[in-house]
Amino acid sequence: MNKKFVLGIYDDEDVLLHAIENIRAAGTNIYDVFSPYPVHGIDDVLGIKRSRLPIVAFFCGITGTSFALWMQIWMLGFDWPMIIGGKPHIALPAFIPVTFELTVLFAAFGMVITFFIVSRLKPSLRVNVFDKRSTDDKFVMAIEVKDGETDLSALNKLLRTNGAVEVNEKEVVK
Amino acid sequence: MQHVSPIREPLVTGGKTYHDITEDVCRQVEAGPNPRWAAGLALSLVGLAIFIYSVYRTLWFGIGEWGLNRTVGWAWDITNFVWWVGIGHAGTLISAILLLFRQKWRTSINRAAEAMTIFAVICAAMFPVLHMGRPWLAYWVLPFPNTFGSLWVNFNSPLLWDVFAISTYFSVSLVFWYIGLIPDFATIRDRATGPIARRAYAVLSMGWTGSAKAWSRYETVSLILAGLATPLVLSVHTIVSMDFATSVIPGWHTTIFPPYFVAGAIFSGFAMVLTLMIITRKLFHLEDYITLEHVESMNKVIILTGSIVGVAYTTEFFIAWYSGVEYEQYAFINRATGPYWWAYWSMMTCNVITPQLFWFRRIRRSLVLTFIISIFVNIGMWFERFVIIVTSLHRDYLPSSWAMFSPTIIDVGIYVGTIGLFFTLFLLFCKFFPVVNMAEVKAILKSSSEVTHTHAKTMHATDKGLNTNTDHRHE
Repeated sequence: MNKKFVLGIYDDEDVLLHAIENIRAAGTNIYDVFSPYPVHGIDDVLGIKRSRLPIVAFFCGITGTSFALWMQIWMLGFDWPMIIGGKPHIALPAFIPVTFELTVLFAAFGMVITFFIVSRLKPSLRVNVFDKRSTDDKFVMAIEVKDGETDLSALNKLLRTNGAVEVNEKEVVK
Repeated sequence: MQHVSPIREPLVTGGKTYHDITEDVCRQVEAGPNPRWAAGLALSLVGLAIFIYSVYRTLWFGIGEWGLNRTVGWAWDITNFVWWVGIGHAGTLISAILLLFRQKWRTSINRAAEAMTIFAVICAAMFPVLHMGRPWLAYWVLPFPNTFGSLWVNFNSPLLWDVFAISTYFSVSLVFWYIGLIPDFATIRDRATGPIARRAYAVLSMGWTGSAKAWSRYETVSLILAGLATPLVLSVHTIVSMDFATSVIPGWHTTIFPPYFVAGAIFSGFAMVLTLMIITRKLFHLEDYITLEHVESMNKVIILTGSIVGVAYTTEFFIAWYSGVEYEQYAFINRATGPYWWAYWSMMTCNVITPQLFWFRRIRRSLVLTFIISIFVNIGMWFERFVIIVTSLHRDYLPSSWAMFSPTIIDVGIYVGTIGLFFTLFLLFCKFFPVVNMAEVKAILKSSSEVTHTHAKTMHATDKGLNTNTDHRHE
């Protein structure tokens, strides 16, 4: 099914932030906003919740710590104990560096892989970008058009009065 | 909200717009090869050829091709390893620690500095692997289930800690670098005209669209990765220093090593960043992004870390005397006055004296002098590792086994060769990847460009009572 969108193009982050506030206050649902760089404060005006990725990183890190400790204790303490430099088989202080490194490794990779999955980022040849200028110098606000419900001219006016430099329509083939 | 100080210098000069940034950075990627770039690449490929030949000699005939002997069993190989790893640390410092400290000047240099980190770690890794003698068995350093009698690796050994530290450091740095590259790859993808470029950058950009939610997650990921990379970079050089500090060789067995090595690493890394940035900004006309302000800030880091290194050298000497251990005392007297005195004094001159010239603002802001001093620091830091390693080993407890070390042509070839390898990788990076982080520079443009600053100055002049400039919504 094809979806229709109205795109409001902005060229300034502050105008964009005010526009988002006003448009949302007018009861219009914003599908998404695309920008060439992270705009500070956009999360609040769009109502985006704080990412829970730090929690993922924390639990992956804990997994790394436990795995590293288990691995070293089991390998040198139980599976094949050896006396090295007269130290105990399970010489915990000497296990700290490897434990630390694996904690960081697991936390970083666990978080980044989760980030790719939840943001649906994967290598692909076809990319649907609403307006190619949104990775260059324009801020693009996409509003979904519902047939029979959305008043296009009113929407156009709302976007224009809130500082949009251009208003375009775009159909996306799903 | 942030107050823009009228005194603070702008980070991006030349009245750039968002589109200008895209144009200026993408030009390198889209245009044909720049002749100066091609000449640089040709020179680097000669270095790479020297590397390949020296590695071939080392693998075919064995470690006997190097100048090592039974007394000095570690020399240029470990010197070069520590030197390269140390250089890499500045990239992480710029991208991670300066991110945590909210230093905005990092944005235009962090991409290239992180690339430097990755390529420097690749060069560093060559040395321990080649020194193994049979590098095809390099996987034996990993704890894998095997049929040799379930013999696991020795987790008590600092050399094994190094394996984990360097490989974690490399992979986390690579991921951090790649995450930052994704939005910029998307910019190049959306501008690409050729079918190959469009497809290649489409795959590399992972389908990035720049939606608000993705940016929000991107920022979280960058912040957490910075938080992870910061202790990681400190741990890596700490562990590298433990390769020496946990042994009982006089001159190595010191508790000062971890902080001293970390400061030295940042010191040498910033020198290398300066060397590279001064070349890159000239080669690719990035003078408006990598400004004198950036050079000056980096030079300030050099004075700080250079002074820490100077204090560490002095402390080491003092502690050797104060310990009352005659072997320790001899090791240090021998460093300064023994047969390798020239190495010690080269180190002292290049690392302790030359960076102090940066106390003068005119020198800090002179590109030519900065470039020359950065080369001096690179040389000095190489000598530091050589002094620590070779002078401590060549005369230890048993005078009957005292010996001298001199490198063979293959030692020199591998070292010069890794410089060729490094520059080959770096120049290819400059051509095919965006050398400045466009998205991050755009994000600071509104608060730190020349235009805003002129504006802030007039605001300040006309309205002294009102300090907050509500236009600049930032952080």
